[in-house]
Amino acid sequence: MNAPTPPPGGGCRSAPVLKERGQREVFCGLTGIIWLHRKMQDAFFLVVGSRTCAHLLQSAAGVMIFAEPRFGTAILEEGDLAGLADAHVELDREVARLLERRPDIRQLFLVGSCPSEVIKIDLSRAAERLSQVHAPHVRVLNYSGSGIETTFTEGEDACLASMVPVLPETTARELLVVGALPDVVEDQMLALLSDMGVGPVRCLPARRIDHETAIGPNTQFILAQPFLGETHAALERRGATHIPAPFPFGEEGTTAWLKAIAQEFDVPPEAFAAATDAPRARARRAIAQASEHLNGRSIFFFPDSQLEIPLARFLTRECGMSAVEVGSPYIHDAIHGPDLDLLPAGPQISEGQDVDLQLDRVRAARPDLTVCGLGLANPLEAEGLATKWAIELVFTPVHFYEQAGDLAGLFSRPLRRKSLLKVEAAE
Amino acid sequence: MKLTVWTYEGPPHVGAMRVATGMKGLHYILHAPQGDTYADLLFTMIERRNHRPPVSYTTFQARDLGSDTAHLFKDACQDAVDRFQPEAIIVGASCTAELIQDDPGGMAETMDLGGIPVIPLELPSYQRKENFGADETFYQIVRTLAKPQERTERVSCNILGGTALGFRHRDDIQEITALLYDLGIDVNVAAPLDATPADIARMPAAHFNVLLYPETGEAAARFLEKNHGQPYTKIVPIGVGATRDFVGEVGKILGKNFSPDESRLRLPWWSASVDSTYLTGKRVFLFGDGSHVMAMARVARDEMGFEVVGMGCFNREMARPLRTMAKDYGVEALITDDYLEVEATIERLAPEMIMGTQMERHIGKRLGIPCAVISAPVHVQDFPARYSPVMGFEGANVLFDTLVHPLVMGLEEHLLTMFRDDFEFHDAAGPSHHGGHSPKPLEEVENTGASGGSIVGQMKDGAHPADNVIWLSDAERELKKIPFFVRGKARRNTEAFAADRGLAEISLDTLYEAKAHYAR
Ligand code: SF4
Repeated sequence: MNAPTPPPGGGCRSAPVLKERGQREVFCGLTGIIWLHRKMQDAFFLVVGSRTCAHLLQSAAGVMIFAEPRFGTAILEEGDLAGLADAHVELDREVARLLERRPDIRQLFLVGSCPSEVIKIDLSRAAERLSQVHAPHVRVLNYSGSGIETTFTEGEDACLASMVPVLPETTARELLVVGALPDVVEDQMLALLSDMGVGPVRCLPARRIDHETAIGPNTQFILAQPFLGETHAALERRGATHIPAPFPFGEEGTTAWLKAIAQEFDVPPEAFAAATDAPRARARRAIAQASEHLNGRSIFFFPDSQLEIPLARFLTRECGMSAVEVGSPYIHDAIHGPDLDLLPAGPQISEGQDVDLQLDRVRAARPDLTVCGLGLANPLEAEGLATKWAIELVFTPVHFYEQAGDLAGLFSRPLRRKSLLKVEAAE
Repeated sequence: MKLTVWTYEGPPHVGAMRVATGMKGLHYILHAPQGDTYADLLFTMIERRNHRPPVSYTTFQARDLGSDTAHLFKDACQDAVDRFQPEAIIVGASCTAELIQDDPGGMAETMDLGGIPVIPLELPSYQRKENFGADETFYQIVRTLAKPQERTERVSCNILGGTALGFRHRDDIQEITALLYDLGIDVNVAAPLDATPADIARMPAAHFNVLLYPETGEAAARFLEKNHGQPYTKIVPIGVGATRDFVGEVGKILGKNFSPDESRLRLPWWSASVDSTYLTGKRVFLFGDGSHVMAMARVARDEMGFEVVGMGCFNREMARPLRTMAKDYGVEALITDDYLEVEATIERLAPEMIMGTQMERHIGKRLGIPCAVISAPVHVQDFPARYSPVMGFEGANVLFDTLVHPLVMGLEEHLLTMFRDDFEFHDAAGPSHHGGHSPKPLEEVENTGASGGSIVGQMKDGAHPADNVIWLSDAERELKKIPFFVRGKARRNTEAFAADRGLAEISLDTLYEAKAHYAR
């Protein structure tokens, strides 16, 4: 039960960060709805926005899935822009209609967008009003997923942060795991924690509103996702205590993450070993197999989901890759620090983006693998650079031991494919 | 305010992007927040383009509002011109930027951009949609760049309306270019797809215009007719009859009588050959953009022998001609961009096949009805690697295949009926040539109970015509023996029949009486 060893040449926590503020090529926070609506089975996400917002959701969802949605966009029209009183009346009407048609909905999120924020439609007022109208059956909350306020995964952060103030109070000493995980992964995690003797464990978000998660001064919380800065702050405001840890990607990350919990909850070393030895060994074997094509290769991260730093840590320390640049839309020391400590010094750490300048850098570096958004992947492939689309990393089960091999596989597949194909693209 | 789940058209600035991305040497500076960059993936992923769309987004954030979004725009504009050195730029605002009223067009015009043409776009995001955006953008580009000039010596035309992300535009333009070449007509410029600003300037040299895509090229066609004296064709050459009529229309413009080479045309014989008998009277529903639906309705009825049971379009701009045509075909026209309304209509009409967009493909999946995709919006699988136009004579051949493929083959249909309990032929296996992709019958789809239900699911339950009719077990068993591709219809017909007669139960007799009643 040893802490992961820091790299001999030092980590990246104090490395100079290249801060850029130029054109960005990222999704806005609305995108989180695509996975959140699957996770929270009794929630509906109603975006108050424009045709662009509806089209974004459809395009982001359409590439990956086309399941029946529990989300929709209330599209603002010319008339709504004229007078604000109208917008609230219209919103009430649309919500009433929706809830009547969908009695299965117990939580409704009003999601703000750029247009609703620029014309200052006060969605918190609307949420309060609608909560009163539709209580107790439906709880109505609001958050911003707008592109002027949030970047991609920050939408989930804003959503979870909006839930924190309304969660019931408890004085129990409980572990709270924060961040949406696919159900199968969440179940694996709960099994591991229960094998370690830690429990009860609460999750935020819970799958359903009645699986109620309570918070209080004795709540110890740990983040399962590295993009939850606002939620982190909101939980601390309610007196909960953060357990800092590297994120549970790969064997080492998962072990360090579990170990941080074990220390906090006084799990005896034997119990920890009994719970983790077998899956650890399995994960190591799976990673070794999947990382054959990654060993000795270089990687470049465009900023996208804030998963970049923990993933770079995993790929460099467990898969033998070297990082050229690790870009993240935002870097929070309290959250990303433990992973930065472990990430071997060397790569350029960058925060924010100026996409054309960054493209110049990736072209100069010609890394073996580039992690980037969907808009950049094919154009870079056409320039001969192998790419991995970042969005798959938030749509695929990648956390904890049993997914460690799959996670390495996500990165090795593009390289394996490149080595298999014996056709040059005709131009 | 209107609640929308899936949309047929994006916002108008996406239409402008379709023009910019289709062209070469043009750059679009779009005042927009960061999330709007999602639109790049439409081109790079869905259409598999190997270049970034030529769009610079200003990606302003909340902290920039009220202070200096105008400055951001100017910087983005200057950077884009320096870096990409376009021949011309278009500038405009997305829905959010429209609200902050920075006037990108006005700003760009005051900048020193080395003298390249700056084309400002006014695209009202809260009133109009994608097709309008493309049509208006192309029109503004033509209006700004096209120069009066002499006609070409040889007879030539321009082909108007092809854009990036269009349904089969790449291949249609190639097919029609070849057809015109056979008639001795050169293509002067095809635009916007693959044209440069310099090409646009040369457009008035053509003798006339071929408007292939009214949705995205009509404003430019009208402008060129009015200001440069170029008549334009109104017939969209989809299908055999329309292609022949199109050739006739071109002949009329030029005062000539053409007899085009039809040696590669196979649809007429494929359709006449006996294997196609089973296509007779197949009930089809059409939905998509107005131009494609109108052209395909003619193909469906006159060239495939289908029965058109309904048609509609999502673009209001085409409502009038489509209504007229629907009346002529004896069916209702459905003009809506509400996916749920389209689904409800399809469910009510219970066609045997849908000819639609990617949306109807999904509706078809839910309802167990096969679907052939005939119109944008389309998905990655509708950008085939092979040459597959839908226009001209080769396009007609492609259409025959497209419309037959989703259906069960002729003889196979009989075999299914004869051997419906056979373990390999049994109907749940679906059309044998479709592997794992056969449509699921409706009841199975409903029973899989996607977690938590759905808007669509709830609506459907409410709309079920005969909730309280009970199926007796023999009748239920017999129903299961009916091949999957007609079972949904048989169930609905029988239930409607029972309901009409006030029957509370459906027996085997009721089932067969209903069958006799609906026999045609
Ligand atoms: S960036 Fe703003 S306007 Fe664009 S899709 Fe996101 S919320 Fe909507």
